Amino acid sequence: MNYLVIVIAAVLVNNIVLMQFLGICPFLGVSKKVSTATGMTGAVAFVMVLATIVTYLIQKYILDSLGLQFLQTIAFILVIASLVQLVEIILKKASPSLYQALGIFLPLITTNCAILGVAILTIQYEYNLLEGVVFAISHAIGFGLALILFSGMREHLDLMDVPKGMKGTPIALLAAGILAMAFMGFSGLV
Amino acid sequence: MAKKESSFINMVVTLFVVTLVAAGALGFVNDMTKEAIEAAKLKAKLSAIESVLPEFQEIKGEYKVATKPGQDSLEVYPAYNGNDLVGLAVKTFTNSGFSGYIAIMAGIGADGNFTGFEVLEHAETPGLGSKMDVWFSNIDKPKQNIIGKNPTSTKFLVTKDGGDIDAITASTITSRAFLEALTQAYETYEAGMPTENSMN
Amino acid sequence: MNQIQNFTKGFIKENPVFVLLLGMCPTLGVTSSAINGLGMGLATTFVLVMSNIVVSLVKSQIPDKVRIPSFIVVIATFVTIVQMVMEAYLPSLFKSLGLFIPLIVVNCLVLGRAEAFASKNNLGASIVDGLGMGLGFSFALTLLGAVRELFGSGKLFDVTIYPEDYVSLLFVLPPGAFIVLAYLILVINKVKKA
Repeated sequence: MNYLVIVIAAVLVNNIVLMQFLGICPFLGVSKKVSTATGMTGAVAFVMVLATIVTYLIQKYILDSLGLQFLQTIAFILVIASLVQLVEIILKKASPSLYQALGIFLPLITTNCAILGVAILTIQYEYNLLEGVVFAISHAIGFGLALILFSGMREHLDLMDVPKGMKGTPIALLAAGILAMAFMGFSGLV
Repeated sequence: MAKKESSFINMVVTLFVVTLVAAGALGFVNDMTKEAIEAAKLKAKLSAIESVLPEFQEIKGEYKVATKPGQDSLEVYPAYNGNDLVGLAVKTFTNSGFSGYIAIMAGIGADGNFTGFEVLEHAETPGLGSKMDVWFSNIDKPKQNIIGKNPTSTKFLVTKDGGDIDAITASTITSRAFLEALTQAYETYEAGMPTENSMN
Repeated sequence: MNQIQNFTKGFIKENPVFVLLLGMCPTLGVTSSAINGLGMGLATTFVLVMSNIVVSLVKSQIPDKVRIPSFIVVIATFVTIVQMVMEAYLPSLFKSLGLFIPLIVVNCLVLGRAEAFASKNNLGASIVDGLGMGLGFSFALTLLGAVRELFGSGKLFDVTIYPEDYVSLLFVLPPGAFIVLAYLILVINKVKKA
């Protein structure tokens, strides 16, 4: 499999948020400002790549070799939950400035289905470890692209005169729909 | 009942017990559903094979054939009526669909012509590329239909590329990918046609 | 709050999708048809009720600090059970829901109810809460799926309503999910105020 194809497919064509609907909660929840969106993107990218590597190793060397594939969901979610905790503890000690930037987003990540989704997809598509890492990084970029674009749109929406019933979530969802339409233009690229 | 306090021992024991019970319960359900899952998968495969081939009595074996070195091998299912070969069902695929992967079960009769096909898996645009199952089997439109044809007598390329098959309106990429997958199935059929010897 | 209110709050007043905005990923991801929406809703309801039952039964045995990981294990167990049973007996639905079945485990709605309701209330109330919230979720997903299916493929629960030549494809494509949900929320907000 060509790495470039994986990257383009993951970032643009099958954009994780707008086309596959993973990670919608943070997409709607922390997209009011560009700065928080950027912070969230950093935290997600960090955990997504780490989680993909760890879950890949667990799947290949523990679950597959013991024939325990049916424990996949439970094992992966526990790994992700503990990984998030671990990253939080390490960041706090090692890099207080990074912790300040990403810290508040970390606890939210455990229930971000984008992380678990990418980990499971890496196994389903039968990627090897390196392809899995490329896959995870590209999906993180795709997540960031969608989130940051969307938060930019929302910052502008705040200044607009929106009909009363449409204020808040409905207009945000409509904007997301238009953004998704724009991303549909990428399909057929690979 | 008082809440258990969060001492280290308590926490370790609790987590251990919780995961143990969970794993035990899952192992139990897994054992119960394993056979049903296998049976469901087999049934889906069989019904796909039945829908693409003329009537037959049994599938004798299944084997994998790679037509070119380095290419992924395809699964081939020979169908028999007694000792007469009715045809082969070939599970073929392509990655060049509009949205990537498309899996197709293709039936090729003993005379070497396609007898039918079923799209097993795809993510093509609904209403456009997703029409491939009806489009390419429409016997009223000889330039679309591929049933009863094969890639040696008919050029399995879309007309735009100099072939003999009309592409689905507004879905040339899906059409190309579809024909590519079928051509590959046919190549597998030619390479893997079982002789009487290999059957005995 | 009495049991009836506890049950009905999930449909309109505290609808998990339209009002609380929980579990948005499956909401948008699987609702290209009413059947898919209903299947996903019922699968989630099962997990929600079962995990509410277990959590409310064992709540006093779980030390506070390992509360969340324990709840997650309980939820993941029921999700895996749904996954296996569905693959065995409803293979075609399993195929169309795909990745979103294992992802029930990270549906904020399930963990949210376990943490906010079942860990503080008795068994009976927890079951009612799980059922009400789950059915409210199913209602939202089925409604969204029905609207998208009707306009996007001219069908309703797989029954053709009008010819495919008049459909607007956009509704079953990803952007349609966002747009239909936006208008449904708008309508529900109106209904809630009335």
